[in-house]
Amino acid sequence: MNEKPKKLINKKGLRLDGRKPDELRPVKLKVGILPNADGSAYIEHGKNKILAGAFGPREMHPKHLQRADRMVLRCRYHMAPFSVPERKSPAPSRRENELSKVIRDALLPSLFVENYPRTGVDLYIEVLQADGGTRCASITAASLALADAGLPMRDLIVACAAGKVDNKIALDLMDTEDKIGAADVPVAYMPNLNAVTLLQMDGKLSPKEFDEAIKMAIEGCKKIYDIQKEALKTKYKIIEQEEVEE
Amino acid sequence: MSSLLTRVKLKQIEKAIEEEKRIDQRTLSDYRIFTIEQGVIQKAEGSAKIFLGKTEVLVGIKVEKGTPYPDTPNNGVMTVNAELVPLASSKFEPGPPGEQAIELARIVDRGIRESEAIDTEKLCIVPGKQVFIVFVDIYVLNHDGNLIDASAMAAVSALMNTKMPNYEIVDDEIVIKQGYSPLPLKDHPVTVTIGKINDKLIVDPGLEEEEVMDSRISIAFTDDGRICAMQKGGSGYFTTKQVSEAMKLAQSTAETQRKKLKW
Repeated sequence: MNEKPKKLINKKGLRLDGRKPDELRPVKLKVGILPNADGSAYIEHGKNKILAGAFGPREMHPKHLQRADRMVLRCRYHMAPFSVPERKSPAPSRRENELSKVIRDALLPSLFVENYPRTGVDLYIEVLQADGGTRCASITAASLALADAGLPMRDLIVACAAGKVDNKIALDLMDTEDKIGAADVPVAYMPNLNAVTLLQMDGKLSPKEFDEAIKMAIEGCKKIYDIQKEALKTKYKIIEQEEVEE
Repeated sequence: MSSLLTRVKLKQIEKAIEEEKRIDQRTLSDYRIFTIEQGVIQKAEGSAKIFLGKTEVLVGIKVEKGTPYPDTPNNGVMTVNAELVPLASSKFEPGPPGEQAIELARIVDRGIRESEAIDTEKLCIVPGKQVFIVFVDIYVLNHDGNLIDASAMAAVSALMNTKMPNYEIVDDEIVIKQGYSPLPLKDHPVTVTIGKINDKLIVDPGLEEEEVMDSRISIAFTDDGRICAMQKGGSGYFTTKQVSEAMKLAQSTAETQRKKLKW
């Protein structure tokens, strides 16, 4: 076992990885990287490395899960056995089951499900490396995968967490901070509608601290939103260039 | 799933909420009347049954000896499991717990765990070798809405009712003595669920209201009024303003609930 660091924020006010309390980890996004998926995205959020692939809208199987008046979104969040320090059994854990559900609930408000009756969209999220905040990074990537699949959307969904470390509210906790820190508040958000689509919390916060945390998380979301939009545009820029070259 | 009858009913619910009323005559912020009975299962170390409206949930606690997790050698272990028993609703089916049951168990788990309600250090028998494991089993017997709050209240009640066997350590071996002492508790989290129907917030949604509501938020509060767990559910969203409204509504509701519960 690694020795646990006692202080998460040093005298200069910097965190273990040198970030300021309200600073995000570096976020890299790529759209359209899986050839067989209808839409896909890859995110590197700090040390998190996550792939998301969307299939559909296509005929829903098994048929009894079809809905006559809407599209059904199925979502599977899964962690690779080698994604964490101690091997994770590949069988879906209760945590993964819950996250699959909250991620689906977080993405649904952006979709016009009633426009695609009897169809299904399968969304597969594979966490290749995890370092705290995988559910948020998964949502950010998954929303791009859905957009890449050509689904009309109210807005992209972007997610980011804020929490409490060493008695201070801080943005985007990494694994060590999440484990030792006092609280974590993941938030998913549609910036254009000012809509919160995922909100969870664990740890202890006063109502005032919670307010501060959710505000900070939303500011983080807005920053990632710009990267998200840029990633989506980049894919089409590349296609445009290729066409010109031809 | 939605027959003509239920669709008519759903419209009625939406219309009532629009006029700040509810089909069961409650106001938007009213909680249903509940009763809790503790110690209903004698073979369990602790138990409690709650009626919340027609929702009926039984929670049984079993305490067994086991090994601690390697990263917390001095702490006892708590696990929460929920069963949506098929006799509770025509929508529940036999089989291993599905997403709904797992989410329910994990919301209740988070409220108890994050409030540090159980003094797990006192559940350690031999550090790194033997600890007590507290199994919290939620058994939904009738589904009439708001299983989250009902299960959370019943679970904490059952923990308050739990007896631990007295024991002695003789040469690293545990010897059970006569008599029991109560499970050491440090906090009593109260969980309140707020539903959202057409941009109106309602406290303690009933089953039919759950069919109409697009999203919900469940918030757990500690004895000293801090927030210790939260979960948004459902396919809709909350604006940031609605989040803080729901927060205030949950907070005041939790205070009155705590008084009624006498925790």
